[in-house]
Amino acid sequence: MSPGVISISNPKLSLNILTEGDIRQIHATTLEVIESVGVKFPSLKALNLLKAHGAKVDHETMVARISGDVLETYLAKAPPVFTLAAVNPDLDLPLDGNHSYLGTDGCGVEIIDAFSGERRRSTKQDVSDVARVADYLDAIAFHWVPISAQDCPPQSRGLHELEAIWTVSEKHLQTETILDERQMRAAIEMASLLAGGKEDLRERPLLSIMQCTMSPLAHDAGSLEAGLLAAEVGLPVGFMTMASCASTGPTTLAGNLVVGNAEVISALALMQMAYPGCPVYYAAAQTAMDLRTGAYTGGGPEDFLFGAATNLLADFYNVPLSMGAFATGAKEPNWQAAVDNSFSSFMAVSTLSDMLLGAGLLHGSRILSYEMLLMDAEIWSILHAMVKGIEVNEETLALDAIREVGPGGTFFTHRHTMDHMGQMWLPSLMDRRPYSVWEEKRDGAREWALVKARKILSEEPLEPLDPALKTEFQKIIATVERG
Amino acid sequence: MPEDLLAKITESVIGGEPETVVALTRQALEMGLEPMEIINRGLVPGMDIAGEKFSRGEFFLPHLLIAAKGMQNAMDLLEPELVARQQAISSVGTVVIGTVQGDIHEIGKSLVGTMLSANGFKVHDLGVDVSIENFVVKIEETGANIVGLSALLTTTMVGQREVIEALIEAGLRDLVKVLVGGAPINQSWADEIGADGYAEDAMGAVQVAQELLG
Repeated sequence: MSPGVISISNPKLSLNILTEGDIRQIHATTLEVIESVGVKFPSLKALNLLKAHGAKVDHETMVARISGDVLETYLAKAPPVFTLAAVNPDLDLPLDGNHSYLGTDGCGVEIIDAFSGERRRSTKQDVSDVARVADYLDAIAFHWVPISAQDCPPQSRGLHELEAIWTVSEKHLQTETILDERQMRAAIEMASLLAGGKEDLRERPLLSIMQCTMSPLAHDAGSLEAGLLAAEVGLPVGFMTMASCASTGPTTLAGNLVVGNAEVISALALMQMAYPGCPVYYAAAQTAMDLRTGAYTGGGPEDFLFGAATNLLADFYNVPLSMGAFATGAKEPNWQAAVDNSFSSFMAVSTLSDMLLGAGLLHGSRILSYEMLLMDAEIWSILHAMVKGIEVNEETLALDAIREVGPGGTFFTHRHTMDHMGQMWLPSLMDRRPYSVWEEKRDGAREWALVKARKILSEEPLEPLDPALKTEFQKIIATVERG
Repeated sequence: MPEDLLAKITESVIGGEPETVVALTRQALEMGLEPMEIINRGLVPGMDIAGEKFSRGEFFLPHLLIAAKGMQNAMDLLEPELVARQQAISSVGTVVIGTVQGDIHEIGKSLVGTMLSANGFKVHDLGVDVSIENFVVKIEETGANIVGLSALLTTTMVGQREVIEALIEAGLRDLVKVLVGGAPINQSWADEIGADGYAEDAMGAVQVAQELLG
């Protein structure tokens, strides 16, 4: 059971990589793009909504062109602050602009089995297992659907995934795998039951929705329509751009930001047109393609820069941000994974991105590794310590202690050390043993992470979900499957 | 003179100037050069050199794609000329490619199509959200020896299995090799559904396609 959640707040560390002028230019260019180039909304429902609220709509191309005035009017209706609620209120996550929270990554298709070490296709049981470990870790504040329940039918898979996670955890659940109206209606029903009613759900949204855009400058019909249903009942909805330099976005980073920005804010404005004041958030995981193969890289200086830039944009629009971070392109929890995940998470936290995604998956968010999950949690703990910065005051300047220890003395046993050493960071996975000790076993972070994961998985699973509710969920899912 | 022109065509393919490639190709036609000659001594050498530079790490994917674009645009110009002469360039194989039903992700699939084209395959790109029936019909119509199926979502990748099943039902399975791809796809999925090949990127796809027909 999770003792609580470690969020990052009141940072003494911040990075400002864009000037106010830069942001205004990006915004102005975005407006120009949305107004003259347009964004594709391949959904009649969405197009009609846009048209009714002043957009110019071409039904043949399904492209909408929205004027800056209209866009800004509707964007202004988005609430700047709201809470991602949890079944256990102690685990609520206020998105108040003063917190960064870490979530698991998604949605992978394979898992490295914790016990056999085999890399295999993921199942519903795996979704539950990963959620149990994520629930245990206080670094993880909320769940994404980490891997696909591929043993469940596609038409109800997203619902099975919700059930699997809600069975084992009371932390907030954000799903990125519900892309059609049918499943969304069922998900809302499930969430309402869990919350104790529709109005309770609106007041305390236990579920939030994450949808992807289609770069450049387009959306997916199912995602839009499912998003609208969610917004109607007050579930926070976010749209994520993954525009990739040189392929689905301009090669230059500012241009890539513009393309992604146009996709995201046009979708957020759409939600506000439909349901003014509904909670929405900006989501982004921009990247740069590999020049040699066109592949998704999962990390690189461009990605890291986007990690620090995007919250400056989200702040400009006064909405929370969900930022792609961690989510290395490495095939195993190695040097590359550490580089990717450290730089990307640092950059995202440096601007206090409200939600960070990415813990636990390898190879560009495709393979779940328990080792990686635990190691990412440790990186989070390091960030948490770094962001505290250096406190300078009478106590921390330690003048009295320095005087008493004097030249050539030691601080080991001084009162001041006793008083403050609790604030020093302690690793779980970093190896600080003597070389000879290491040489004997040659073990380290990966082995220890796996031991920890296995221990959590071997414990009796805590199933906080009321069995009666679980039965209701299964009935709802069965109805969807019956077609 | 013709030699110079052909050399310039080759250069403009390598240099990534599609408009120039087309203009020079038109000039060559007007000069009386045979389409086959323009292709074999102007365009193809350009693509070959671009390919070599790419293997050496001198060219990146965009260089290759712009070169292929130049070649393709010139081929579009030359196609009617070939038809009029009852000629056709031999192709390494015929490919039908598309993104499966319910999925509108396109770019990776188009990249594979372009690379296959650039490597001598005749490619019929059906686009996105392609019904099972349309795949089958096009394969029958073109006599394709490869079908490429792309899916980017865990929920749509089952469509790849469904196309294979439809091919079996239509009695076509033995006549066409099935190549699958897309972010959530991997070798174990390809094996599970009985696909003939899988590649993680466009270059890999070309290699696998060549192996499947080789």
